[in-house]
Amino acid sequence: MSGAVLRRGMLVAYTILVFGFIFAPIVSTIVFSFNADRFPSLPWGGFSLQWYEAIFADDTIKRGLMNSLTVAGATALIATFLGFAAAYVDYRYRFIGKSAYLALVALPPTVPVVILGVAMLTFEGRVGLSGTITGIIVGHVVLSAPFAMALVRMRLADLDPDIERAAWNLGATPWATMFGVIVPFCLPAILASLFLTAAVSFDEFMIAWFVSGLNETLPVRVLAMLQGQVSPRINAIGAVVFGVSITLVVLAQMLIGRRLGRTAKEG
Amino acid sequence: MTSPTDAVSAPSTPPGTRRATGARFAVFWGAPPLIWQLAFFLVPLGFLVAMTFWSVKNFRLAPDSTLANWIFILNAGFFRSAYVYTFWLSALTAVLASLIAFPAAYTLAYKVSPATRRFMIFMLVVPFFTSYPVRIYSTQIFFSPQGIINTVLTPLGLGPLQVLNTATGTIVGYMVLVLPLVVLLQTFALSNVPRILIEAAHNLGCGRLRTILTVIIPSARIGLIVAGTFAFVLAFGDYVAPVYLGGSKPPTLSILIADQVKSGNNWPRASVVAVTMIVTLMTVMLVMLGLAYGKRGAKR
Repeated sequence: MSGAVLRRGMLVAYTILVFGFIFAPIVSTIVFSFNADRFPSLPWGGFSLQWYEAIFADDTIKRGLMNSLTVAGATALIATFLGFAAAYVDYRYRFIGKSAYLALVALPPTVPVVILGVAMLTFEGRVGLSGTITGIIVGHVVLSAPFAMALVRMRLADLDPDIERAAWNLGATPWATMFGVIVPFCLPAILASLFLTAAVSFDEFMIAWFVSGLNETLPVRVLAMLQGQVSPRINAIGAVVFGVSITLVVLAQMLIGRRLGRTAKEG
Repeated sequence: MTSPTDAVSAPSTPPGTRRATGARFAVFWGAPPLIWQLAFFLVPLGFLVAMTFWSVKNFRLAPDSTLANWIFILNAGFFRSAYVYTFWLSALTAVLASLIAFPAAYTLAYKVSPATRRFMIFMLVVPFFTSYPVRIYSTQIFFSPQGIINTVLTPLGLGPLQVLNTATGTIVGYMVLVLPLVVLLQTFALSNVPRILIEAAHNLGCGRLRTILTVIIPSARIGLIVAGTFAFVLAFGDYVAPVYLGGSKPPTLSILIADQVKSGNNWPRASVVAVTMIVTLMTVMLVMLGLAYGKRGAKR
């Protein structure tokens, strides 16, 4: 019996080690962002907010943050609308070429971002979008719409298709049914998708790096700063980005979780 | 026509109009995603392919139908060595990540309570929403000559460890990128193996290792292969780890692309490299899917 306990203990210890490797860079970013010393080494130099003060005094970083927030907001709205529309089409209709349609909407995340970045740059250079905020938004929507579609589609899977038909038979127009039945039913997934796509956009750096030109987003600014010397300010930015993204993801998770909880209760 | 029964049994609008409304409704929802992804995903990718046949004259791009870019890149020694290096490193990453992740995924799937498993799965999603370049920056500091790892190892007589600016550094960075996803996918794959199969194996006197090798791994095969494939795809396309941990030498394919675009301004040549990457990835994915979903093979 103690052999089994020992084996389980070793497996758990190993798992903790793997998680330690995964989380060491994240934890160290946060810990050293509050470090008073310039160089991130042990022992810790004491608590300080100077790196946060430094980044909020830096105009290029502030502008990057504003650009990132603008892009993330616009991306979330457009990607969620497109994702919702595609999920609804998948849920409601059967037509020739449907799998091609779905593949087109779902595939972008499987293409490496470095390739999406070059493709966006060469294309947007032609149509005059490269270097603009709009250009970054366009690329981010392509990348994040599939996530929105997946979230809404999961929610729609729980909706009995007959409900919509019943509404139609009772004389409701498709539009009335959409805004009276489908959209309210999908609301948690729609909100979750807004937060998730915003978080995806807020963290994306490769497409933006190729396309952004002078309108750098925050992650692109970080990439530029990496080329310089060791700077604890990167830790502070990383911690801020972490805070924003995790807030968005936790909000999304809570909305999906509430849905799961409710379904479980109903079931 | 005004009685309530009529309103229910017969639609107030003629059937023709109704069908037209239905069609307009379908187009309203169906068209936007289609148009957007066609215009901003498929067209750019098609444009990338077309651009590989363009020429650069006096630092200006000109539409053309020359094979010069293809011939130049495919014959260039730097491209060939970068291709082999990138492929090899990504394959190694896929194998290593799968091996490193397996015991952890096994533990999460079988050895912890459902609540712990749910929490750990949520934790594994967290890294996707932290800035990856910042994580690589942190890793860089961990391994720097005066970094935490060397300050611990050197007094023990084990250091200094030279990881930065080597292939090992790149692999470590790839692990930072792919391990959360591989552990996550493997955990899902192992959780879906029917418990009855495992119990049956135990009841029939199958040892632990033999159960893992002959029951669990074959049953979870699809998920395990998909996890490894994702690791390959992510590593193959990554730019940050080979630059900031591998020191750009030797360069990987994504570094070649970035260089051609950012400093060389040679978009057609960058496009050739990008298209070879897409073709490679599609081939690898098809082969791996064939392996995952294909016949059980000679193993049985």
